[in-house]
Amino acid sequence: MKAIYSLFLVFALILLAMIGAGTLGMEYLFGVIIPYLAVLAFVVGFMLKVIGWGKSAVPFRITSTCGQAKSFPWIKENKLENPSSTWGVIGRMFFEVFLFRSLFRNTKVEIHDGQRIAYSSSKWLWLFAILFHYTFLVIVLRHMRFFTEPVPYPFVLLDRLDGMLQIGAPVLYISSLIILAALFYLLLRRLLIPSMRYISLPSDYFPLFLIIGVVITGILMRYFLKTDIMAIKELSMGLVTFRPVTPEGIGVIFFIHLFLVSVLLFYFPISKLMHMGGVFLSPTRNMTGNTRMVRHVNPWNYPVKVHTYDAYEDEFREKMVEAGLPVVKPLEEKSENAENKE
Amino acid sequence: MYHSKKIIPGLIIFFLFMTFPFWFNIGGEAYVTPELVLPEDHENCIESVEFIRAEHMTILDQWRDAYVRDGYGLYESSLTGEMYAMSLTKTCMDCHDDKEQFCDRCHDSVSVSPYCWACHIEPEGVE
Repeated sequence: MKAIYSLFLVFALILLAMIGAGTLGMEYLFGVIIPYLAVLAFVVGFMLKVIGWGKSAVPFRITSTCGQAKSFPWIKENKLENPSSTWGVIGRMFFEVFLFRSLFRNTKVEIHDGQRIAYSSSKWLWLFAILFHYTFLVIVLRHMRFFTEPVPYPFVLLDRLDGMLQIGAPVLYISSLIILAALFYLLLRRLLIPSMRYISLPSDYFPLFLIIGVVITGILMRYFLKTDIMAIKELSMGLVTFRPVTPEGIGVIFFIHLFLVSVLLFYFPISKLMHMGGVFLSPTRNMTGNTRMVRHVNPWNYPVKVHTYDAYEDEFREKMVEAGLPVVKPLEEKSENAENKE
Repeated sequence: MYHSKKIIPGLIIFFLFMTFPFWFNIGGEAYVTPELVLPEDHENCIESVEFIRAEHMTILDQWRDAYVRDGYGLYESSLTGEMYAMSLTKTCMDCHDDKEQFCDRCHDSVSVSPYCWACHIEPEGVE
């Protein structure tokens, strides 16, 4: 049901753009106003979210690392999994951000012969996740051909590489195939594995269906329905140079695509997609494991007024001696004086 | 805010990346769709302008396959009903005889590089 709701939500969004930009002709709203608001909400929302995270203190080094911390010289330190130096942390963050090392460590549990539990490596999630993320990056960069004039060479080169199979016209992009395969793996994983299905929420399905919607409308627009690409470039260039125009002859499919992307941008800062910024703030990944070498003071500690035992005894020594309690420092002079008085 | 010396530069990098198309075009002239030099002695193309804009690459692709597999064929225009030879050089380039003034204008603007000219010889422009 959670998946169905999300799917219908995406259908509703598509219908909204179809009716709004198509039937009612609100092309300026769907082609200019909503995209501008979406970019604003995305950039500002993203930064506010990260600043909000930055304001919450991380009191202690989080030591749930996967390797031996630096200890005695005869115990081998795992410098990548539990780094004690900044360079080690940079290495660990590099592998996390660029190669998804945590996902690579993914295992699955199986029960054999009724009683025996076996853990085995499971790389499929890592494989399709990394395919999806890098393909998405390539697709975003490829789209820069609509936002620059003349198109800088790196984007041209990327476009050629993506279309190097030279199948059909317009040429088939390899990324179109890979991202579809990866997205459907990520979706089917949630739908078909019972344990995954149990813990999946609408907030897991909705971004998946939304991105699938973006990809499918893009593919339809490029290969099947087709529309006037030069008019689209005029619109997109108008947006980024703040001279917005809505040229004639742009098909509804473009406005559906653009609206879904806008919704994705709106949704981004308030959703789990914020792992884009969050990965850099992962406490178990970005802190040095040096608790055995450095004293870390809780950042919200305030100065506590302490009363040490020495000061306590100084204050109450006479009474303690009177009551026959043992004291560390007898202070014989005082006790002698007391005896003399008696 | 904690660790602002690391978080703020990170956010500045994020901001610069995400607003790339906006600052990259600062100071540039307003974008206009390239003007095409159209042949003067013809009223219409083999199909309507809208159809040609969206589908010319598909037509050429189909013509290429048809030619390579079956030899020259004829294409019936759904606009005028006239028959045209399925040929880039003999039909399209007969009117649009200057690649730089016609094909390249839009293709360059949206970074499209059709591989027509890997086999076909580029026609020389009108001197």
